[in-house]
Amino acid sequence: MKTEIYKSLGLTDEEYKKIVSVLKREPTPTEIAMFSVEWSEHCGYPRSRSLLKLLPKTGKYQTLIGEDSGGIIVDDLAIVFKMESHNHPSQVEPKQGAATGIGGIIRDIFTAGARPVALLDSLRFGPLTKSYNRYLMKGVVDGIAFYGNCVGIPTVGGEIYFDESYTGNCLVNAMCIGVAKKDALVRARAYGLGNAIMYVGASTGRDGIGGCSVLASREFSEGEEKRPSVQIGDPFTEKCLIEATLEALATGHILGIKDMGAAGLTCSTSEMASAGNAGIEIELQLVPKREAGMEPWEVMMSESQERMLACVKEGKEDEVKLIFTKWGLNAVVVGRVSDDGIVRIKDKGNIIAEIEAHALTQAPIYEMSSKEPDYINSLNHLDINSIAEPKDYNKVLLKLLGSPSLATKEWVYEQYDHMVGTNTIALPGSDAAVIRLKETNKAIAATTDCNSRYCYLNPKRGAEIAVAEAARNLVCSGAEPAAVTDCLNFGNPEKPDRFWQFKGCIEGIVNACISLHIPVVSGNVSFYNESPKGPIYPTPAIGMIGIIDDIDKTCTQYFKKEKDIIILLGICKEELGGSEYLKEIYGLIKGNAPELDLELEKSVQCTVKEAIKEGLVSSAHDCSEGGLAVALAECCISNRGKMIGATIYNLPFNLRKDALLFGESQSRVIISCGKESFDKIADIAKKNKAPFCAIGECGGNDLKVVNNGEELISLLLEKLYAEWAHSLEKKLQER
Amino acid sequence: MKFGVVVFPGSNCDRDCYYVIKDILRKPVSYIWHKETDLNGFDCVILPGGFSHGDYLRAGAIARFSPVMNTIADFADKGGVVIGICNGFQILLEAGLLPGAMLRNKGLHFICRYEYIKVENSDTPFTGIYKMGQILRMPIAHNDGNYYLDDEGVADLEKNKQVVFRYLSNPNGSVNNIAGIVNKKGNILGMMPHPERSSETALGSKDGLYIFESMVKWLENKR
Repeated sequence: MKTEIYKSLGLTDEEYKKIVSVLKREPTPTEIAMFSVEWSEHCGYPRSRSLLKLLPKTGKYQTLIGEDSGGIIVDDLAIVFKMESHNHPSQVEPKQGAATGIGGIIRDIFTAGARPVALLDSLRFGPLTKSYNRYLMKGVVDGIAFYGNCVGIPTVGGEIYFDESYTGNCLVNAMCIGVAKKDALVRARAYGLGNAIMYVGASTGRDGIGGCSVLASREFSEGEEKRPSVQIGDPFTEKCLIEATLEALATGHILGIKDMGAAGLTCSTSEMASAGNAGIEIELQLVPKREAGMEPWEVMMSESQERMLACVKEGKEDEVKLIFTKWGLNAVVVGRVSDDGIVRIKDKGNIIAEIEAHALTQAPIYEMSSKEPDYINSLNHLDINSIAEPKDYNKVLLKLLGSPSLATKEWVYEQYDHMVGTNTIALPGSDAAVIRLKETNKAIAATTDCNSRYCYLNPKRGAEIAVAEAARNLVCSGAEPAAVTDCLNFGNPEKPDRFWQFKGCIEGIVNACISLHIPVVSGNVSFYNESPKGPIYPTPAIGMIGIIDDIDKTCTQYFKKEKDIIILLGICKEELGGSEYLKEIYGLIKGNAPELDLELEKSVQCTVKEAIKEGLVSSAHDCSEGGLAVALAECCISNRGKMIGATIYNLPFNLRKDALLFGESQSRVIISCGKESFDKIADIAKKNKAPFCAIGECGGNDLKVVNNGEELISLLLEKLYAEWAHSLEKKLQER
Repeated sequence: MKFGVVVFPGSNCDRDCYYVIKDILRKPVSYIWHKETDLNGFDCVILPGGFSHGDYLRAGAIARFSPVMNTIADFADKGGVVIGICNGFQILLEAGLLPGAMLRNKGLHFICRYEYIKVENSDTPFTGIYKMGQILRMPIAHNDGNYYLDDEGVADLEKNKQVVFRYLSNPNGSVNNIAGIVNKKGNILGMMPHPERSSETALGSKDGLYIFESMVKWLENKR
């Protein structure tokens, strides 16, 4: 075979040699295409697999690790969830890129037999001062709304951050959560000689051909036309597919089912056969097509959306077909399960590919070299004395609240239907989204977190913080953190400094998850996130779910009552490294990520959990980007209907004033409570060895922070709100 | 007394309506597939929200051709009670069972949030429990909720007291702040806000439940 052919598919000379030795012959064009996608980083994880094995798989709840998603068991329910990236397609065509990202992650959930109940999105863009970044953000939000609203799954939470490193390579990570009775779960497997392989859903076209090998597994270079590789989403078909699939699964006739996402038929046939230790034989002429004259390899590689492959009990094909037909969908027997472990693809009866399923799914594992990047040493050194303290802290606070990363994302989440399903107990805008489980008294809390600036300055600690903060957010909503899905976005792993970041972040996730006893049950790796200007910040987005045992004990972040006492759990340190303050006020990305003491973290989290469970707490809010001052402001203004002010008069920390107000020390939570609960909370904190301090009182129509008799902050709530609420929309409307 | 929830391909609030009737209201309810042509035994039919047929053409424009729609027209003719919520309202407009049309929201975005609406007519099968002028808190979630009707038509609606709900602050550009209307006979209601999403305090408001309770009361009195 000509070198250009396999190189154009992203395969190296060594990989080609290996394919020839596996097949003991030259591959056919269809076979080489199949190997190229299955061995790509997107499907086969050749560069990350050895490190991913280190992630812990057990925790407080029984875990489920499936082929395409994972989850936990809570009583007789399975909660299945996963987060996945759709970065490169979104950078090329934001609306469809984001929309199909949502579609794909939803299919991973309902093909497990679970009804999807919530979506979250973790998004990163370059600064909104650039018009293309504004176009990207509007397009991505539009795509998420277009798809998510139509399929009727509430988009309940997520995060959006802005940084120069994402100019040229935005990130769109979508997370879906589903719920099933635990014995109704299905796997993505084909087995049982003679059972039918059915193609269900939309027809196959030429859209998205080579999407995962071309788009997801290489860097962007300027001026390349990649639009034909982006798929087009049809949420209406997806909605019908959800209902038809869940109805069909309830018959018990479907033994296994898998989404045809990345690499379409190639992935679904080879991975279902491999997972079931069986073979599959299909005839491409039987595949429903929407375009004439498609080449066999195009049919195998197409990433047309809203399609799935199912393994159906022999003799039950018609019954299954009837259900899909009712919903206006294709359901065609395209082949059968064989017992020779071979994926055999025929076209008009001629064999065009014949490969052992395991050979396709066991991509080679590469030992990657890793080297600490040069920037680490110079950036980690921050001389705090070289930074002048600001004269007007009010101005600084207003500027931070109005910065796109900290401003409220109301403009975004109001465009998403976040209530459909009537399970959304805590509306977007608090630390975590809360979704009740009907027919029980329990609820799921969910969040996504990652401060990529911390990961850039210190990958290991940054990733630890991402896990700790996600858990802290859940705890603040009254939940017990239960399990993680990780979406690992990095640059080109073939470059040792990028791989060093990846390795560090994995170590951090492993460390924090083991310490907090939280398993990683599903995830996704997205490498090659680079533009000609360089790589993105390492961004290991952490999606975490937790369980609230009693929905009446759900907690939100905003102050509830005048005269409530405000308590700070944790310690304020003189830490300004990597802060939003340094970036927004001084344009500095410098220093080290804040310290993280996982023992202290546990003490604080246990205290919050217990206090909420005892019904002692009015509000609980994590202290993160923007520090204590921003967190206090959010407590005051994030319930627009009933804003409550605060006076802070006791901050017994001997620090620079800017570090006190805007430093981002970890493991801090602000809670408020009635006077009658104060002593009990103090006892719980003492028992858990959590640093505890009453810092002020709720009330009034302004936020005042007084330190050693000096009034550092004094601002009317309306003023804080105006800055926080309207700045994002204003910035997006610039021309 | 029996409720039916119509399911069009693409309906996505069908399960939410079903849940409210069955688990909150505790009344008999079943789904009605859009190809059904027999509504015998039903006292009330709910057209739920969602994106019937993807709303790829105009919201509700395809669903109105579903076989069930002719049957619903007959059902209403004979005095059956019909409520269309969000996409259900849009379908009723497209089917000509209610006057007017929906335009894209004035801000050109989908909007999902709580709004306040005012009860303008408490003498309908849907609002008997409310007081005249009562303010209700209910969520909206739509792309095309900008109700339009020509001046003459609106004057007619107002004169006949067909405007049942009005937004306090107009979120979508609707003429006369209209959030919900009934037909002349008063037995078909179309509204954009979602009462099924505001039928439990756990969700933030119970104000919507009284629409369903009013219907029950009205049907019971009719017997």
